[in-house]
Amino acid sequence: MLTSLWYSERARSWLMQALLLAAVIALFSWLAANTVANLAARGIRVGYDFLWRPARFPISESVIAYSPADTFFWAFAVGIANTLFISVLAIALSTAFGLVVGLARRSRNPLAAGVTGAYITAVRNTPLIVQLLFWYALTTTALPAPRNAWNPIDGVFVSLRGVFLPQLSLTGDVGNFSGLGVAIIIAAAAALVLGRRAGLRLRTSHVVAAALVALTVAALACGIDISATRPELRGFNFAGGFRVSTEFTALIVGFVVYTSAFIGEIVRGGIDAVGKGQWEAGRALGLSERQTLGKVVIPQALRIIIPPLTTQYLSTVKNTTLALAVGYPELGLIVGTVINQTGQAIESIVIMLAVFLSISLAVSLFMNWYNRKVALVQR
Amino acid sequence: MSKKSPILSALAGFVFVASAAGSPAAAQSTLDAVKKRGHVICGASQGTVGFGAPDGNGYWRGLDVETCRAVAVAVFGDKEKVAFVPLSGQQRIPALQTGEIDLLPRTLTWTLRRDANGINFSVPNYYEFTGFMVPRELGATKVEDMAGASVCVQTGSTTEVVVNDVSTKHNLGLKPVIFDNVAATRQAFFSGRCDALITDAAALASVRATQASNPDDYVIFPATQYMDALTPAVRHGDDQWFDIVKWSIQALLAAEMYGITQANVDEMLTSSDPRVRRFLGVEPGNGAALGLDETFAYNVVKQLGNYAEIYDRNLGEGSPLKIDRGPNRLFRDGGLMFPLDFQ
Repeated sequence: MLTSLWYSERARSWLMQALLLAAVIALFSWLAANTVANLAARGIRVGYDFLWRPARFPISESVIAYSPADTFFWAFAVGIANTLFISVLAIALSTAFGLVVGLARRSRNPLAAGVTGAYITAVRNTPLIVQLLFWYALTTTALPAPRNAWNPIDGVFVSLRGVFLPQLSLTGDVGNFSGLGVAIIIAAAAALVLGRRAGLRLRTSHVVAAALVALTVAALACGIDISATRPELRGFNFAGGFRVSTEFTALIVGFVVYTSAFIGEIVRGGIDAVGKGQWEAGRALGLSERQTLGKVVIPQALRIIIPPLTTQYLSTVKNTTLALAVGYPELGLIVGTVINQTGQAIESIVIMLAVFLSISLAVSLFMNWYNRKVALVQR
Repeated sequence: MSKKSPILSALAGFVFVASAAGSPAAAQSTLDAVKKRGHVICGASQGTVGFGAPDGNGYWRGLDVETCRAVAVAVFGDKEKVAFVPLSGQQRIPALQTGEIDLLPRTLTWTLRRDANGINFSVPNYYEFTGFMVPRELGATKVEDMAGASVCVQTGSTTEVVVNDVSTKHNLGLKPVIFDNVAATRQAFFSGRCDALITDAAALASVRATQASNPDDYVIFPATQYMDALTPAVRHGDDQWFDIVKWSIQALLAAEMYGITQANVDEMLTSSDPRVRRFLGVEPGNGAALGLDETFAYNVVKQLGNYAEIYDRNLGEGSPLKIDRGPNRLFRDGGLMFPLDFQ
């Protein structure tokens, strides 16, 4: 009986897998127990109570409001928001720019193809961290001090401290207007989606125009007025207006330049992989070169592009942790600071792992859904 | 056998090795471990001249470095039996807690929460205030002048909190630019990205003396009126090692108080002062109490000199930094350094 079980391929592989799983579980529970015991032996507190204490350290910039009086929990939230912000921005800009690079690389214009070829070779073969430091050093050495800031357009100042722009602000009954505005936008979107589903022939441009008219009426009714606050040099720095910091600028430039090179190659590979016959078929139907590209080739190339593009997006999200080298407060920098302030290293690293795992899984899920959508439908 | 077996056996091997490595380490005392290894491992800075940095020949010099050497002399009678691990501000405490280093003399400010969370502070080896360094041309000379200034900060220290405290207290609206490593922080300051660099005043003096193209172009002034005690630390759980570190540092201070220098230490062996005789181990007892050689204090002074000599060659008149000893004088000279009784 037992021997026959052993000789059954199925039973044997089940047994092996069960043993392996048990060993992995045992290993991790031993690691966890050992860690907790060692921490206790060294007098280090364990737990997440510290999250609710005031953080007390400053964060140089954030997309959501933060003050050092906020809790460690909120400091983590700020780090997550900053990481998401630079990830989304880097991915969106790199995708757009990468598409252009990919198309230029296979262009018949020798200049365009040569320049993009050189760019891709240079960028793909040097480490990202070096490139980030290069862009940061370039911005901090090339730009003037605040007192000698460049003033290319009235109200815009470019200096070492970043780019300062006039900030638009609304005066009047802003509360009601923003409520109305959101309602109008939701109504317009609902009209488009539901109306189409119900079979109404709604033109997008008509709906947008109607929404704009409604917004204008709402603005007039609420007495909304737009005013701009201009940055001005006060003491050491510019005050007022909207600031794009040097760190952020260097970072986004660095990420986009780096990631676009990879995306450009993915796009070029995807387009090249579509058979020559498809181009010829497009021409035979009387489509122009651009129409063939847009309507015949790219839809097919997308099936090839999406899986490696997903990997590239995931790498980009994870690459954001390098931002701390140029002083941008993404999650990694904040986790490091929290560890130093509280000594809660393991807890903080667990939070960072969980956050990056969640972001990466969300990106994967979205891209897999999109991949299924563009994939060849088997009938 | 199936194909899975190598993975299984590797896993089993790993579990075995890991459990073997995990348990006995805690039982061994730090002193035994250090003696068995043959040298003391100290956390060091990533290059702050005066406190801890390798010189042109790769030989580590600085006040914190010599503090570590004093412990090595006390244990081995040899100031060269040391190894230095350069650590960032963030790495230093975990490195001590996990046993990667035996001792952390690295401009570490003694604070309640650090003390309560896994490490013990021995004896302050430097007292100091947090300072701002500002280009002279900006005309700022005191904290109140700093309204709206951008300040370069290195993370992994108490400085971030000081920036916030100062900014809040004087309502300055300081704009911190925070970096992960020392080099980037200093580069950003000298490029003009920030108006000011903030850290310990002596570290600022060190940066100014070694990295500014013209040191006279920069001024340093206190950011707070509060003094910090920079104190070498050990991890919790080994009282004998804690004592050895404390009394090795104390030996430097006591030698200065007793007037014992590297040059006269041999003559002092014949001193009639009972305190000096106990200190140098002529009258035995101190060494045995700590589990060290009876001549440990003699050895420390013989090889390194007293605190005044170490200060002078690393930070004072004998160094490029020329920092006034200020609060780091002995109490009898109006400072905060207080040698304890060697008996």
